[in-house]
Amino acid sequence: MRHIRAAAATALVLALTATAAACGGGTATNGEGSNKSPKKLTYWASNQGPSIEADKEILTKEIAKFEKQTGIDVELEVVPWADLLNRILAATSSGQGPDVLNIGNTWSASLQATGALLPWDDKTFDRIGGRDRFTESAVAATGAEGKDPAAVPLYSLSYALYYNKKIFKDAGIEKPPATWDELVAAGKKVTKGDTYGLALEGSNLSNHIHQAFVLAKQHGADFFTADGKPDFTSDGAVAGVKQWVDFMAKDKITSKSVAEYAQNQSLSDFSKGKAAMVLWQAAASTFKSQGMDESEYGVAPVPVQSGTPGQGEQINSMVAGINVSVFKNSDNLDGAIDFVKFLTSDEEQKILNSTYGSIPPVKAAQQDAAFDKPDTSVLRDALGTSAAPLPQVPEESQFETVVGTAIKDLFADAAAGRPVTTESVKAALAKAEQQMTKS
Amino acid sequence: MPRSTPARSPLAPPPSFVWTRRIVLTLLALFALLPVYVMLSSSVKPLEDTLGEWSWIPSRFTLRPYVDIWETVPLAKYFVNSLIVAGAATVCSVVIAVFAAYAVSRYRFRGKRLFTVTILSTQMFPGILFLLPLFLIFVNIGNQTGIALYGSRGGLILTYLTFSLPFSIWMLIGYFSSIPRDLDEAAMVDGCGPLGALFRVVVPAAVPGIVAVAVYAFMTAWGEVLFASVMTNDTTRTLAVGLKAYATENNVYWNQVMAASLVVSVPVVAGFLLLQRYLVAGLTAGAVK
Amino acid sequence: MTSLDLKAPAAGEALSSPAGGPPRRRRLRIPDRLRRGGLPYLLLLPALALELLIHLVPMVVGIVMAFKELTQFYIRDWGSAPWAGFDNFRVAVDFDAPIGAELLHSFWVTCTFTVLAVGFSWLFGVTAAILMQEGFRGRGVLRAVFLTPYALPVYAAVITWAFMFQRDNGLVNSALGGDSFWLIGENSFWALTIVAVWKTWPFAFLMLMAGLQNIPRELYEAAAIDGAGIWQQIRRITLPSLAPVNQVLVLVLFLWTFNDFNTPYLLFGKGAPEAADLVSIHIYDSSFITWNFGSGSAMSALLLLFLLLVTAVYLLLTSRGRKGADA
Repeated sequence: MRHIRAAAATALVLALTATAAACGGGTATNGEGSNKSPKKLTYWASNQGPSIEADKEILTKEIAKFEKQTGIDVELEVVPWADLLNRILAATSSGQGPDVLNIGNTWSASLQATGALLPWDDKTFDRIGGRDRFTESAVAATGAEGKDPAAVPLYSLSYALYYNKKIFKDAGIEKPPATWDELVAAGKKVTKGDTYGLALEGSNLSNHIHQAFVLAKQHGADFFTADGKPDFTSDGAVAGVKQWVDFMAKDKITSKSVAEYAQNQSLSDFSKGKAAMVLWQAAASTFKSQGMDESEYGVAPVPVQSGTPGQGEQINSMVAGINVSVFKNSDNLDGAIDFVKFLTSDEEQKILNSTYGSIPPVKAAQQDAAFDKPDTSVLRDALGTSAAPLPQVPEESQFETVVGTAIKDLFADAAAGRPVTTESVKAALAKAEQQMTKS
Repeated sequence: MPRSTPARSPLAPPPSFVWTRRIVLTLLALFALLPVYVMLSSSVKPLEDTLGEWSWIPSRFTLRPYVDIWETVPLAKYFVNSLIVAGAATVCSVVIAVFAAYAVSRYRFRGKRLFTVTILSTQMFPGILFLLPLFLIFVNIGNQTGIALYGSRGGLILTYLTFSLPFSIWMLIGYFSSIPRDLDEAAMVDGCGPLGALFRVVVPAAVPGIVAVAVYAFMTAWGEVLFASVMTNDTTRTLAVGLKAYATENNVYWNQVMAASLVVSVPVVAGFLLLQRYLVAGLTAGAVK
Repeated sequence: MTSLDLKAPAAGEALSSPAGGPPRRRRLRIPDRLRRGGLPYLLLLPALALELLIHLVPMVVGIVMAFKELTQFYIRDWGSAPWAGFDNFRVAVDFDAPIGAELLHSFWVTCTFTVLAVGFSWLFGVTAAILMQEGFRGRGVLRAVFLTPYALPVYAAVITWAFMFQRDNGLVNSALGGDSFWLIGENSFWALTIVAVWKTWPFAFLMLMAGLQNIPRELYEAAAIDGAGIWQQIRRITLPSLAPVNQVLVLVLFLWTFNDFNTPYLLFGKGAPEAADLVSIHIYDSSFITWNFGSGSAMSALLLLFLLLVTAVYLLLTSRGRKGADA
């Protein structure tokens, strides 16, 4: 009797385990795409506007046009940034995902490595008008070099220096700083009482990565070698990170409070006049919503290191932005590609990018007057001449986490008054690098 | 309730005790209520107040945040989702726990010990370890049987009811064991079957224990964030995920975040406080034995 | 509500009847075939099936994952991921290398945090329960106040604490008159502990309050006749009588606190500060951020092993202690 029960229990467990183990296999067999349901599409959009609800409204209106043109029914879901990567992970591992989805362009190579996204070879690109329609820097951020892109650029952004005109004028600063030395000098000049030179976000990991990447580039260094190995401790990388942390540690042109900022608090400091400068991507709409008029601030390119080759030549921004991808196992591949074609059409690019304050990666749309505004023209020029994509390696998200956390901890040190030296920066980066070498 | 509280001593407590009691309990009450006060006062402040230095009193009283939250977040929709998910999980969890606890408390059978030990050991499982496998199993069940568990409320209900099951079973075992078996026997002599005895005698006598379990199950389901963030989509998103997303995307609108937090808390806190006397009674006879 | 009210006294009566009476061996009159053992299994079936589906099978799958090289390259079809043997475990316990060292650090942080949080929660709980054992004016209100933190949804409460812990605009610094950071750096550990205690102690209070109701009144009366004052009664009767409650309570608090994910996740967001890098968050970062689920699962499996061990030892020790005391 006892044996029978034990056997029955074991059988049950085994059966359930087998069910579970079959999951991985189950998705792979029906993994290749088809056109089985040509009248339906699911689309996961990222949160680009002021809120999820606002996004839904904006996109629903545009998508209606596509539905009318093609008769395809598009089911839209705007996924909050906090959940997007986990949702993509779940979709990838299970095969139960949307047909079309937005991804942060820095994730491109990571997601490309999973093999879940449709590769955009020349033939597929031709179906949306060809690769040449897009700016080079934006296409560079769609996957690892030498592979077919895993995504198509949708919205592009870059960094600019926003400065408070009145604070600058009162301090007798006539033009925005073009080099970091000038920025520090200006920052020191205006830092007094409750007003600081620069606002930044000491607990914002991705922002740290963006800035450290640019500063390291300017020091002639990369965080990854040409063959994709992490290389965080080169002199240039250390100098770049240190320069970024030094704005608080040595130059003291930021408030100590910013060490715990992570969610756009730097923008509200700027719009309230508590900081004279901030380095950000397309912040105009946020400033407006916080009651700062366009006339109150100026926009300039991000500074470079002193000397040659100087602004406009040297890298001064990462290529930020959002890409759109198609899930390889979509049941409506043709419809999905048509939808991407719609989203990247000149017309939609103008509408969507101007609504969100970003720059169209589509060349033809970029020249529209809508993007000649003081801030967007600066962003656009940077994208055209001096922006570079973050390393397109599969370990990018891990890089962002370990190096971002290392820089966050350095800022915490600086805020607590502990010295930040070349050695301590190097040690922090060495530790981060060792954490990368696990797989 | 006072009736069943044993007085420690018939004599009046000495002043040293009374004063210790006053001071200590006041401090604990302040600690417990501090965040509630922060929520309440911040939710009626204008935005400038919550962005500037902390002030105990709003510079100006406004109900604006309470109006705005319904527009900036689809709170009502999340609310309904949470209510359905937590409500269904609670009902199912209680019913299933009652059956299981009845079996364990009234019968001897092989594997009883194994069952109780297994149930207890699930409390040790780190959620992170089985989030992804559970998700894959749901998807696979969906692929093979057509029952959509992923993205549906059903999947979340199953998950949450199981989360609260071990503690509920365990608590009810204790409670049922404290109900004299003579009562069941009497019922069976009157011609009830074992299930009749369960529903006519044991369950009515165990109302406080069952209410305690229900409250626990409801709160477990109402507050869970991690599994909900992966397993829900736009239409099934719960309050926990919705509010978290809202607080991280619009961190600057603290007055609205606080108003929303308060709005989602009121139903659970009110329900909990209304039912708390059952909770104490339920625990007294159940878990605590 | 009325029906509940009517039935409550019945339960009260059931409670007051001697529960510790001699166990009855005589079986109830159940049809023979059911008595043979079918019914209890039938009653357990739903619970068993759900536990298998939601807890046990995923757990087994999780442990299987720990033996695979399950990185983003294989996540799409993880049946095809190569077996890694004990590699994932070896990396996790290699405390000289950074990954192991970080895990060990995180483990110690979690242990310290758990001991403090459980300790203070228990202390607050037992103090409040004892002080409120006897009736006084406002007791009901106070009890409601104490239980409120437990009733508040975790996310709403923790978001509020994060608001209070801000450096410049937070209540905590304003009240203390300081300008320390609470959400980054070393203090983050204390912030986390405070929130955990705040959230947990009402549960200890609730359980202990229930436990106090089971202490027979006669014990106190006898002690009073012997001339024991109130403090002595607490020491000699109340605290020892709570031993069985404490055995379960401390274990449950320990397990819940050790595995707590929501509090640090909601309080710190991405990249928890080193001082407050709890194991649950650490594992989340090592699996969900990096998509290396093999490694994350191995860490979780080790954690599970540790918890099993602690629980077994704890139950063994406390049960023996209780038996010894009873004898």
